[in-house]
Amino acid sequence: MSFLQVNGLSARLRGAGVPLLRGVSLEVASGEVRGLVGESGAGKSMIGKAILGILPKAVEVTAGEILLDGMDLLVLPPRARRARIGATCALIPQDPLTALNPSRRIAPQIIDRLVDILGWDRGRALARAEELLGEVHIPDPVRVLRAYPHELSGGMRQRILIASAFAAEPKLIVADEPTTALDVTVQKQVLKLIAEMQARHGTALLFVTHDLGVVSKVCDRLSVLYAGLVVEDADVRSFFAAPRHAYSRALLAATPKHTDPAASLVPVPDAVIAAVQDEVAAVDRRARHG
Amino acid sequence: MQLFRAVLLRLATTAVTLSGVALIVFVVIRVVPGNPIAMMLPPGATDADIARLTAQYGLDKAIPEQFFIWASGVLHGDFGVSITARQPVLDLVLGRLPATLELSIMALVIACVLGGAAALTGTRGRGTGAEAAIDIANGVALSIPDFLWGLVLVLLFGVLMPVFHISGRVTPSLDLPFVTNFYLFESVARLRFDLWADIVSHMFLPALALAIPLAAIIGQLLKQSLKETMHLDYVTLARTKGYGENHVILREALRNAVLPTLTLVGVQFTFLIGGTVIIERLFSYEGPGEHGD
Ligand SMILES: Nc1ncnc2c1ncn2[C@@H]1O[C@H](COP(=O)(O)OP(=O)(O)O)[C@@H](O)[C@H]1O
Ligand SMILES: [Mg+2]
Repeated sequence: MSFLQVNGLSARLRGAGVPLLRGVSLEVASGEVRGLVGESGAGKSMIGKAILGILPKAVEVTAGEILLDGMDLLVLPPRARRARIGATCALIPQDPLTALNPSRRIAPQIIDRLVDILGWDRGRALARAEELLGEVHIPDPVRVLRAYPHELSGGMRQRILIASAFAAEPKLIVADEPTTALDVTVQKQVLKLIAEMQARHGTALLFVTHDLGVVSKVCDRLSVLYAGLVVEDADVRSFFAAPRHAYSRALLAATPKHTDPAASLVPVPDAVIAAVQDEVAAVDRRARHG
Repeated sequence: MQLFRAVLLRLATTAVTLSGVALIVFVVIRVVPGNPIAMMLPPGATDADIARLTAQYGLDKAIPEQFFIWASGVLHGDFGVSITARQPVLDLVLGRLPATLELSIMALVIACVLGGAAALTGTRGRGTGAEAAIDIANGVALSIPDFLWGLVLVLLFGVLMPVFHISGRVTPSLDLPFVTNFYLFESVARLRFDLWADIVSHMFLPALALAIPLAAIIGQLLKQSLKETMHLDYVTLARTKGYGENHVILREALRNAVLPTLTLVGVQFTFLIGGTVIIERLFSYEGPGEHGD
């Protein structure tokens, strides 16, 4: 059975009742990389946040389950849920410049979970942090561990956040557009690094991105999201050979291709948008009546 | 090196500011109506007496010359003699400054504790009734001036439930071994905790009255900064590591949120020292604010 299994997850804005997730189902098996693609605002980050228990207060889950190793997170009391997530999951955040606490040194930010949540002793945790920085190709780990975030470049900080995510050997990592905030020149390296670390540690990875090009490079399977609705769930090879859903096809056509720049960047046709919006409306109707 | 230069620059600007303030205050006091000589002499004094005393104090000279005489005295450490108290000005101010300083520091400590607790409680319960209650309490604390708080406190804890002293700095019958005027600090240094308790019991209510409005300002600002900080990515990342609300507020958010509040506290402290007069009167507490009867 897959380590992460999300079944029929629906969420909406509290009060206004605007649906944000519409019965999302997806699974990530151990050692597998699942891409989660969709336009900006489709709800990709919302899925990641729901899994990691960090949904904004304004958002409420209305239906569904999030099974980690078969156990539903949503029925656990808050404290138990936090502990379980902290022990088995990790996040590689989008913006390395804001994801490290500016007033704390690097070392405690990497080892805090190991010491406080998993109960390691400090010496062992520090040794582990040093080893991890080596794994993510950071020269002079000892100096970096003592540094404050502002002393380090964005690429360096993202490497640190990657190392930190792998520190506790989590079963599942959610990477939320981990290269979007970086310079184009370091994007490739960081992407390669994540793929390399994932392969070495055999972690299940939910890779959130709006770039199908990236999916083709690092993912085994993918889910295509439109307005909080999963319109396609496929393995990468068959998807790129022949996407089944019209929206997926349009999305693929809109993705820049290095081989043929002229054919790139076709906007998603209005007819396709209209069709997928009908689909969304039908799902909402069914949700209301059933 | 950079720090050294910054300190020098700050000292230089302070000197310029002080000179300007001294000049303005001096001129204003000399040109406003009211003759200090007339205040010193009994009603029946002759014109000759007045002229003699005026010349003796140098008040017949031109104002620029008077300023020059006073300023050169100040540069030599001579601040002159108070016309009303007939004692050296420096002794008067230095003699009572410690009392005011101790009161202000005590008020500041109380304000930080109360304000900090309010901000943390409000952040912990943000969006709930707890935060609303804190906001209301802050509003009330802020809208009532310190001297009214003083009256309320005297009534509550001095009269209805007399648990604190409401007058003076220390019980007069006590034998004080102090060589400085810093009673609070010196009692601690001499390990005389009996005296310390008496002194604290005297200064607690006036300090609390001064502290309440300041605590409200601190509480509001710190709560606001904390709320903004709680949305930042590194706080969210800490939550995914398994940390709960208290830990996240105290270890991730507080240190980054506290900076604007620290700046404010620094500024407010100077206001506090300058604003103790009414409270010192109310509680018959001695300090420069009490000077001038
Ligand atoms: N804190 C929030 N409060 C309310 N709505 C939000 C919040 N964050 C995001 N949303 C809304 O949720 C939807 C999905 O957002 P998100 O998951 O961030 O999209 P994506 O990551 O796919 O770009 C968007 O329509 C967005 O406006
Ligand atoms: Mg997003």
